[in-house]
Amino acid sequence: MTTKPVSTSLFDPEILQQAAIDAFLKLTPQQQWKNPVMFVVYLGSILTTILWFQALGGQGEEPSGFILAVTIWLWFTVLFANFAEAVAEGRSKAQAAFLRSAKREISAKKLDEPRYGSNYSKVSGSTLRKGDVVLIEAGDFVPGDGEVIEGVASVDESAITGESAPVIRESGGDFSSVTGGTRVLSDWLVVRISANPGESFLDRMISMVESAKRQKTPNEIALTILLVALTLVFLFATVTLLPFSLYSVETSGAGHPITVTVLVALLVCLIPTTIGGLLSAIGVAGIGRMMQKNVIATSGRAVEAAGDVDVLLLDKTGTITLGNRQASALIPVKGVSEKDLADAAQLASLADETPEGRSIVVLAKQKFGFRERDVHSLGATFVHFSAQTRMSGVNLEGRQIRKGAADAIRSYIEDQGSHFPNELKTMVDDVARRGSTPLVVADGSRALGVIELKDIVKGGIKERFAELRQMGIKTIMITGDNRLTAAAIAAEAGVDDFLAEATPEAKLKLIRQHQTDGRLVAMTGDGTNDAPALAQADVAVAMNSGTQAAKEAGNMVDLDSNPTKLIEIVETGKQMLMTRGALTTFSIANDVAKYFAIIPAAFATTYPALNVLNVMGLATPASAILSAVIFNALIIIALIPLALKGIRYSPVGAEKLLQNNLLIYGVGGLIVPFIGIKAIDLLLVAMKLA
Amino acid sequence: MTSQGFMQIALYVITLLLLAKPLGIYMARVYQDEPVGLNRWFAWVEKILYRFSGVKPEQEMRWTQYAIAMLVFNLLGLLAVYALQRFQDILPLNPQALPAVSPDSSFNTAVSFATNTNWQGYSGEATMSYLTQMLGLTVQNFVSAASGMAVLVALIRGFIRRNTETIGNFWVDMTRSTLYILMPLSLILALVLVGQGVVQTFKPYQTVNLQQAVSYQAPKLDADGKIVTDAEGKPVTETVETNEQTLALGPAASQIAIKQLGTNGGGFFNVNSAHPFENPTPLSNFLEMLAILLIPAALCYTFGVMIGDTRQGWAILAAMTLVFVALIAVTVPAEQSGNPSLSALGVDQAAAAQQPGGNMEGKEARFGVVNSALWAVATTAASNGSVNSMHDSFTPIGGMVPMWLIQLGEVIYGGVGSGLYGMIVYALIAVFIAGLMIGRTPEYLGKKVEAFEVKMSAIVILIPPLMVLAGTAIALMMDAGKASIFNPGAHGFSEVLYAFSSAGNNNGSAFGGISANVPFYNFMLGMAMLFSRYWLMIPVLAIAGSLAAKKTVPVGPGTLSTHTPLFVMLLIGTVLMVGALTFVPALALGPVVEHLQMIGHK
Repeated sequence: MTTKPVSTSLFDPEILQQAAIDAFLKLTPQQQWKNPVMFVVYLGSILTTILWFQALGGQGEEPSGFILAVTIWLWFTVLFANFAEAVAEGRSKAQAAFLRSAKREISAKKLDEPRYGSNYSKVSGSTLRKGDVVLIEAGDFVPGDGEVIEGVASVDESAITGESAPVIRESGGDFSSVTGGTRVLSDWLVVRISANPGESFLDRMISMVESAKRQKTPNEIALTILLVALTLVFLFATVTLLPFSLYSVETSGAGHPITVTVLVALLVCLIPTTIGGLLSAIGVAGIGRMMQKNVIATSGRAVEAAGDVDVLLLDKTGTITLGNRQASALIPVKGVSEKDLADAAQLASLADETPEGRSIVVLAKQKFGFRERDVHSLGATFVHFSAQTRMSGVNLEGRQIRKGAADAIRSYIEDQGSHFPNELKTMVDDVARRGSTPLVVADGSRALGVIELKDIVKGGIKERFAELRQMGIKTIMITGDNRLTAAAIAAEAGVDDFLAEATPEAKLKLIRQHQTDGRLVAMTGDGTNDAPALAQADVAVAMNSGTQAAKEAGNMVDLDSNPTKLIEIVETGKQMLMTRGALTTFSIANDVAKYFAIIPAAFATTYPALNVLNVMGLATPASAILSAVIFNALIIIALIPLALKGIRYSPVGAEKLLQNNLLIYGVGGLIVPFIGIKAIDLLLVAMKLA
Repeated sequence: MTSQGFMQIALYVITLLLLAKPLGIYMARVYQDEPVGLNRWFAWVEKILYRFSGVKPEQEMRWTQYAIAMLVFNLLGLLAVYALQRFQDILPLNPQALPAVSPDSSFNTAVSFATNTNWQGYSGEATMSYLTQMLGLTVQNFVSAASGMAVLVALIRGFIRRNTETIGNFWVDMTRSTLYILMPLSLILALVLVGQGVVQTFKPYQTVNLQQAVSYQAPKLDADGKIVTDAEGKPVTETVETNEQTLALGPAASQIAIKQLGTNGGGFFNVNSAHPFENPTPLSNFLEMLAILLIPAALCYTFGVMIGDTRQGWAILAAMTLVFVALIAVTVPAEQSGNPSLSALGVDQAAAAQQPGGNMEGKEARFGVVNSALWAVATTAASNGSVNSMHDSFTPIGGMVPMWLIQLGEVIYGGVGSGLYGMIVYALIAVFIAGLMIGRTPEYLGKKVEAFEVKMSAIVILIPPLMVLAGTAIALMMDAGKASIFNPGAHGFSEVLYAFSSAGNNNGSAFGGISANVPFYNFMLGMAMLFSRYWLMIPVLAIAGSLAAKKTVPVGPGTLSTHTPLFVMLLIGTVLMVGALTFVPALALGPVVEHLQMIGHK
């Protein structure tokens, strides 16, 4: 089925190798400045490096070996954060490279006149401008985004979607858009180019993938502010420790003041480096995960907004129900057996190639074992559906079997001087009330009964909606059906609400109304008439199979054209936020253990009583401080997979979710560093480094 | 804890919680301009005040206008108090003929009373004329409290309103707070206190003969009234013998009532509510203690009523109360267990019928350990700062709790208005982190918490620690700062840290143990008080403005409930984590090490 264009392995050696190199390249001040928390670590590392050189010169405040060890691990902290970001970017870059491979130099057949058969001149695809008309024949690449104005062809879009099955593109309707870089497999198309060079869908996707790291999302900005504030708090707390320590030494007459190396170590341990170091990786990875789900978001903001969606608008057809209605029951009038009705219905549908028609044949076969009869041997002539009669059927051996909408058959019967039975009218209404479409079958002037054509609700969709409800998202079904039908299907599918007889204006109004109430609305759409609603919605997912207008209006494009994808999009958006929140909590909770490691180590020479606080029983002051710094650096590496994959989202309701995450990342964050720091201390002692 | 102690604490907490609801409803109705007796009977007074001052009560203000009105009003108050002190020698109602107050002390006191800190570097009965006390300090006691309440009400309106630019009218909120809430409550309390023996008079100080001569050690004063210090900078003491005693009097009851109710805390007399004329009986002690937390606790309920969901108010009150009770449970036993060094000398410190037991140093015999410790926790939980015992003489842990409560940012009840708006800011931070953890843009009471709110909240949370830590650091680096410290060692460190914690969080209580009425401390503490009051109020008003302009998100199943026990725990966790992580190193070098040394760790 879907061939994923990029390896999904977290540890693709190629990416890791490149990321390791990038981690060093990112050591420039300009790069570091973008991340305020890590910039503090960066400055601290430079400071301790200078102190180390000073110590080498024999005037060190601490033994040079200790300063060196701290310095190395501080640099590692910076590098690990760079590495995390580089890994996330590497995965996106691989995606961009793949997309770019589709953007090869394509030569185009530019038509002199916008019609098939006109003369054309061969030009380079990159010179095409909006409004140019080109001919694309079998085997040609589509030179740019455009609208089919003539012709039908099968197109291989795997370069964009990774989907190997070709799709049909034709003029008019909802399947008229083609994307640059795809290839026409059969027949020909005349296409009007709709994008100037550098503005095509592919261009936008590539720039999106590449610039994903640069645009911060609103919540990311807010979180960064909070992290900067916390960093400042810890900066005050540590910087003022120097005068506090000087005074304490002076007043107690014992010990040495705290050294700058230890202060820097304490500062780096306390500031939220875990989340600070992984923050941008989380954002980049979020967009990357969308891409693995074959969704291209036009901005990180859109991905994040997806996590906040309150209301989800879904088209009935194709999303909630299978695209086509299927015959589900045969209801004969009194005096006619179901078998006779089935027989007539099947005969009337033998030549009907529509999915509905085929489903009638299949139903009759399933119920009564009628085999498909050879049409020609029956000597039958078929009456095809026409807009005037709104019936189809068959004439054979003096029988005239017709099937069609109730009012069409009614006038057909009444024209023959017969009477349309009341019983049948009730049956027709019953079927409609169930949300199905009634087809009436008549043999000559005699009505035989009703075929119930049912909208088949997709399997498992009800569970998906229940899941959404648990996430706190209200689902609204949009349909052109009448209220009665819509209500029945809405009940069967388990949506919360529906909009029947929907017009584009009604859709727009519904979205605006929810937005005025303060809700965030998501919707999926593919048709041109969806474009206004898509543009209004906060999260708008356009199907890749949809029209250019729909794609322009949306802020995400689903390459698989799978409308239920929205659920996954919402999950990804939520995961992104949750990962940030959880790692922030974890980061802050870690500080408790670090205080227990460093405070006694830093001040026990002045106040030996403080050794009581060394609850971890760390070997020496030097090993205690070093263990805390090493733990602080290693935890970044340890959490890279979590940052890239995102923490698991389960729709269990806000309260329970918070409780779970507080337990894991809050309480866990309190406990883990006690164990980790002690383990590192034991290791340092065992290796005789402390 | 003794069972009697337990009963007294329980009585206190239960009475407080019982009163929170009725008073909370009353205040909500006052602010929402619904008829509730006083505000109809005295509406004419309000009207005259507006006409006289040219205020148009129906005119709504944007947050910037609101902030400017508040700042201008506070500045005028500050200047008035400064001028009253500087010219009190030529102004009436000065029976003791007290001289004008020094410029640095006047500045400190003016700032202190305008900012609702009520730190007192001076000694009331030896410094301030009756006019200064009444017209300067008592008036500020009212209006500084009313300013805090006004800012809170503006913030609450930010939550209630949607898509609006305005957050109310400062003059109206201030006037109503004073006229219908602070004044009636103060009047009642003042009368009851007078009944208990608190003085209220314009008579000059009375001199009485003692039945037997008393000799005592007093710091030696030079001609200017300054303490004489020896070569090491320590005060020189001399033995004095006397037959008579001067009893300081004055219009005390009227000031004490509002000092307690408005979380001001500036005593009429130097020893504050330990003074028998300020706090004579156990009943007056109970009422004064109740008055400390009464309005801050009730405002939580007011908040719930005004936003239309009283559960939200209860949740915040619950968070405050839980921390409060937990910290009482630390301080009271710490004080009751006394000092192990004394036990080693064979001193019996157990509570018995004849003695209260525990650490009675610096405590009034008529209050005992429990009521002294309870007062200490209440006054530092609220930004009140009045004292009925000497915090400097508490056990290290017993003294650390009040200090830490102040350092938490005065949000456990906190100041009138300021405590709750501080706590709401913490709630915004808690909601922000919690919201991220459940995968939604965080929202509190239907308002999305976004970058701007986080930025302003960050300022609110950052400023007090900056003032406290930087102030303490500067004091300890300068000789002028170190010279004032009475006790060397870790305790001396605690004394400076406490002073800056108190000023930097607008509490105003003194640990004691440093001579703070010197230019260095008057200036440093004055600046700390100024910054931490207004640099918090302005961002809070900015949040109010920003919230009012937002639309309100309806509650859905994905919304995080902010009235559940889980959220209460999260809110407590946020407050304690920020407070702990910021001050643990400093506290380790002060009370923690002092405690460890006391219990025998070397």
